[in-house]
Amino acid sequence: MFTVPGTDGIRGFKMALDEVGGEINGKKIEWVLGPTDATPDTAVRVARKVIEQDQVDFIIGPLSGSEGIALRDYAKTIPNKTIINAASGALETTYVDPAPNFFRYNLDGAQWGYGLGSYVVKEKGWKKIATIAADYSFGYTNFMGFAVDFCKAGGTITERFWLPLGSGDFASIIAALPDDVDAIYLGVGGTDAINFLNQYQQAGGDTNLIGGTIMADQTVLTARGKAKEALVGTPTSGPQADDWDNENWKKFVKKYQDSFPAAERFPSPSLFATNYYNATKAALMALKAIDGKLDDNQTNFHKALAAVELDAPNGRITLDENRQAIGSSFITEVVEGSDGKLHNTFKAKVDNINQRLGMTKEQFDALGRPSRTTPDCSKL
Amino acid sequence: MSGFVQRNPAGTVIMALVVAVVLWAIIAPWPAGMETAFGRKRIFLNAIFNGITLGALYFLVASGFTLIFGLMKNVNLAHGSLYLLGGYIGYEFAEATGMWLLSFVVVFLIVAAVGIALQYLVFRRMEGEDLRQTLVTIGISVVMADIMLWIWGGQSYQILTPDWLSGPVTLPLIAGLRGNGDVVYLTFPAVRIAILVASIALGILMWLALNRTRIGMLIRAGVDDRDMLAASGVKVQVVLVVVFAFGAGLAGIAGIVGGTFQSIVAGEDMRFLLASLVVVIVGGMGSILGAALGAVLIGLAEQLGSVYAPTYSVVLTFLIMALVLAFRPQGLLGR
Repeated sequence: MFTVPGTDGIRGFKMALDEVGGEINGKKIEWVLGPTDATPDTAVRVARKVIEQDQVDFIIGPLSGSEGIALRDYAKTIPNKTIINAASGALETTYVDPAPNFFRYNLDGAQWGYGLGSYVVKEKGWKKIATIAADYSFGYTNFMGFAVDFCKAGGTITERFWLPLGSGDFASIIAALPDDVDAIYLGVGGTDAINFLNQYQQAGGDTNLIGGTIMADQTVLTARGKAKEALVGTPTSGPQADDWDNENWKKFVKKYQDSFPAAERFPSPSLFATNYYNATKAALMALKAIDGKLDDNQTNFHKALAAVELDAPNGRITLDENRQAIGSSFITEVVEGSDGKLHNTFKAKVDNINQRLGMTKEQFDALGRPSRTTPDCSKL
Repeated sequence: MSGFVQRNPAGTVIMALVVAVVLWAIIAPWPAGMETAFGRKRIFLNAIFNGITLGALYFLVASGFTLIFGLMKNVNLAHGSLYLLGGYIGYEFAEATGMWLLSFVVVFLIVAAVGIALQYLVFRRMEGEDLRQTLVTIGISVVMADIMLWIWGGQSYQILTPDWLSGPVTLPLIAGLRGNGDVVYLTFPAVRIAILVASIALGILMWLALNRTRIGMLIRAGVDDRDMLAASGVKVQVVLVVVFAFGAGLAGIAGIVGGTFQSIVAGEDMRFLLASLVVVIVGGMGSILGAALGAVLIGLAEQLGSVYAPTYSVVLTFLIMALVLAFRPQGLLGR
């Protein structure tokens, strides 16, 4: 289910590596690819394999939420090595009991969702919504970021539905959606998103939609068929906006398009390509700062990584005390381009989002960890 | 029928009561107390109908699977790949010509031909060696999955619903009452109704073909005792090829159906192989009626579960399977 995102992630990784010609200080960087199937067991098995058998110094990865949590725990058993998260977005990975050698240069799912809530209330006037999101950690986390902001801005959530991953047929849940709401928040991705939109159209649904971060990414927008057209006009939020008018971003997109033939890539980089690129870039910057010489226990590398300030294509990224990124999220809307293809158009950018979503530690902890019932809007 | 009533008077009364209650719940508008207890009637009706349509899809996949198993005693683990192949070909054809209905014919023929090739080139050479055949089918499914990933990539494909089937229709079933007493009728996706009607028609045709025609008689005889059938001068190989082609073609058609109201993507082959295995285990290996019953049960469990017990909906299917295996290991209608 994550084959396509994974492949695009590797494109981002290769772009960052090519920028330095594949070497630091005259030392060639050797790399091996450890393929996973987005399950935590496989992620740990593959990580163990590349550390123990291939004897790598550090890992860039993983991609998916539960994998990240599993690798955080694995990182604690290999204190002399380093794991640099590539795209996984579970909140717990760096917030709860973090590992000192685990670094994350991308925002977590809650940070990606932040900013969209107040946008839909203020700009769109949608105050009463029902929500549907994927029933797993990323679904909860991404929804939490949205909901905290949405409820603070004065919105109400009448009902919350949770979709089991990969169940294929959502028709009954679609039928259970209330009619008297301004919009419906959709926090699903990939094939589930396509199936949902398809069945939503067949059932004659025509309410406004609000998208979670993976709802309207390139994997969904490039799917074959008409389902995705239901998304036109849908606001979403995430770590990037395809047509953001910014020098750094435009350079990055052009480089992506130039580096790979059109048939072997998306029209513009997916968030996975961007996140893998950023993670690799940060690793290379840290390696350069220590002239490519790692201590036996890699303390100098860890220090250099923590100090990295990344002028990433999608905004400035710094790390907090838990080695978690503080950065920007983008509000975008799906539009149909002149070529008939769908893409996300830039609407707004929210800077300096930290992992506690602008709250103090006490306030944030009082909300509880992301789950089906968190956040409780009446407590905000 | 009357024999059953005489043997199980209590059971008959209970079953009649259950049927009456379910019919009442579907037809009559719900009183307010019941709506507060079970949620709106619209949700219940939709879950029931969606469960049955999902069951129709499972039936299309599983009926071919169960026939092939019954006759050849061969668990064809490449059956899911035939489903996926049918979906992809159906997408390509419907996209190129815009003819959704015709794509069923084309896909049936092409996938049936693949089935014949499999039977003629592979399985005929290892007849009677159950384990070897099963292992070979796993190998074939892996190879086919990789080839399809190579051709069609990892993205989702969705087969376009023709205009006359897109959108919802209103059914003459009461979904609820508005505040002012107006009756609200149930709306339901047109394409799902079409699929449901077509599957029921197909099921009846298959039942008739099996029970009323000569070839059906041969197939049933083959399921019961293949050696005896061969000994009475029937060319069993021909029967095998026909059944295999038919079962494969049905799986291909199911691919179009699945691609129309869900989507086609790498990995669906395994999901539908698993679904047909569960359906066939619940319904009974080799029985068409069993496949229909099993498919509807599993479809209903998935859809009702997704609305009323989302946490346990995944487990529900396997719970049914475990219960059947514990109390009736040959399947509900198996012999």
